[in-house]
Amino acid sequence: MFKLKNIKFRDILTVDELELKAQQVTCIVGKSGGGKTTLLKLLNNLISADSGTILYKDREIDTYNPTTLRREVMMLPQQPVMFSGTIRENFNKTLRFTEREPASDEVFKDLLQQVGLNLPLEADTKDLSGGEKQRVALARVLLLHPETLLLDEPSSALDDETEDFIISMVVDYTRKRKGTLIMVTHAMSVAERFADVTITLFDGKIQRVDTLNGTL
Amino acid sequence: MDEIKDVTLIGLATAYVFLLILLSLLRREKVGHQWELLLSTFRMTIQLVLVGYILTYIFDNPSVWFSLIALLLMQGFAILNTFQRVGNVPRDMKRIVVVAMFIGTGITIFFFVLWVFRVEPWFKPQYFIPLAGMMIGNSMTGITLGIDALLGGMKDNRALIENALMMGGKPSLIVKEVSGRAFHQALLPTINSMMGMGIVFLPGMMTGQILAGAPPLLAIKYQIAMMLGILGSVVLTVFVVIKWGSATFFNHRAQMK
Repeated sequence: MFKLKNIKFRDILTVDELELKAQQVTCIVGKSGGGKTTLLKLLNNLISADSGTILYKDREIDTYNPTTLRREVMMLPQQPVMFSGTIRENFNKTLRFTEREPASDEVFKDLLQQVGLNLPLEADTKDLSGGEKQRVALARVLLLHPETLLLDEPSSALDDETEDFIISMVVDYTRKRKGTLIMVTHAMSVAERFADVTITLFDGKIQRVDTLNGTL
Repeated sequence: MDEIKDVTLIGLATAYVFLLILLSLLRREKVGHQWELLLSTFRMTIQLVLVGYILTYIFDNPSVWFSLIALLLMQGFAILNTFQRVGNVPRDMKRIVVVAMFIGTGITIFFFVLWVFRVEPWFKPQYFIPLAGMMIGNSMTGITLGIDALLGGMKDNRALIENALMMGGKPSLIVKEVSGRAFHQALLPTINSMMGMGIVFLPGMMTGQILAGAPPLLAIKYQIAMMLGILGSVVLTVFVVIKWGSATFFNHRAQMK
C-alpha cells in the first residue's frame, strides 16, 4: 500500500526502501528520537519528505488531495489534544471538521464503550485523566472509520491492563474490517504479540524488518 | 450655524503652561515619565501644525490627486503602524494586511463619500480626507487586534490544529474557532465605543462640530453616519484579513507552516 524510496527528512529520518502492505498490522519500534513519529507523519502527509518518493496505492502521495488522503490514512498522535468542551462536543467537532453528517448519541456511547470508557457524554474533557483523553481521542478516530490507522504510542498513558485491552480492541477492529494498522509502540511485547511486521528504527534509519516469516 | 469661536494664541499658550505645571509636579514627586510627556506634546504640536498648513493648502487647491495622495499616505502609515505594533508578522500575512486595508477601507470610503455623505465633487478634501482618516484609523486598530489575536490563537492551538489535520479535518473549518475569536477581539473597541456613545462620552467628531457651532441634531446625523462607516470599514477589513490570513498558516499540502 505504501512504498517509500530514498526518503530523507532533515537529519531525522532516512529510508532507502520500505514497503508497508495493506491489511496488515505493522509495529514500529525503537528508541525515542529514532524517527518513528516522523515516519507516521510522512504517511499521513502531515509533513513532506525533503527528497525521495512515497507511493500510496501506487500513486505519488503528493498527487492526492491531502485532506482526502488523511480521511483514509488517519493518524492519532501520542499526546492527542482534546477540542474544548464535552465529550459529545469532541465527537461533533470531529464530524464537522471532516465534513461528515451528524451522528446520534447512541453512536457516541457505543464508541466510548468500545474504548472501555464509562463516562457520560456531558463530561468536560478538561477534567479527564491522560489515559481517558487518549481513549476519547481513539474513539474520535474510530468514529470516522478510516481505512488505515496510524497510531503513535496509543497506550503510552495507560496501565498494562488497559493497554492490553485497547491494543487488542484496535487490532481486532482492524482485522475485522480488513483495514491496515501501523502503530508506533514502546512495548516490544505488543509488537511480538500483534504485529505481522515489525520495523525497528534506530537513529533515523531502518535497522531491521521482522515478518512472521523471518527477518528481511 | 454660529460663527466658530477661535482659540487665541494666548489661550493655547495657557494650555501649555497648564501642562508645564503638571510636569514640574511630576518631577518634584519623582514620578518620572516627564520626558515622554514632553516629547509627545512636542511631536503632537509639530505634526498638527504641519498638517494644518498642508490641509489649508489642499483645501484651497482641491484636486483629485491631492485627495488620493492623502489617502495613500494614510493607508501607508496605518499599514506600517500595524506591522510595528504587532511585530513578527509573517510575510504572507503582511500581504494580506495590505490587501485587506485597501479593499476594506477603500470600498467603505467610496460608498460613504458617494452615497451617504454625497460629497460633491467626491474628492472635496474638507470631507474626503477626514472621513477617510477616521475609517482608516479605526480599521488599523481593528486589524492590529485581529492579527495579534489570530497569530496568538494559532500559536497556542498548534497541537490541536495539527491533531485535527491528522484526522482529515479541513483547515478552514478547523481554524474557525480561533478566527472567530480574533474577529471578536478586533471588533470589540468599535462595539464598545458604539455602546457607550452618547451616554458615557460624546464622540470626538460630534464634539468638534458642536464646539464649532453646529446644531447637535446635525452633529448626531454626521456622527451616526460616520459610526456606521467606521463599523463597516472595520468589519470588512478585519473579515478579509482573518478569512484570507487564516489560510496563510497552511501550505498547499494543508500542512502547518
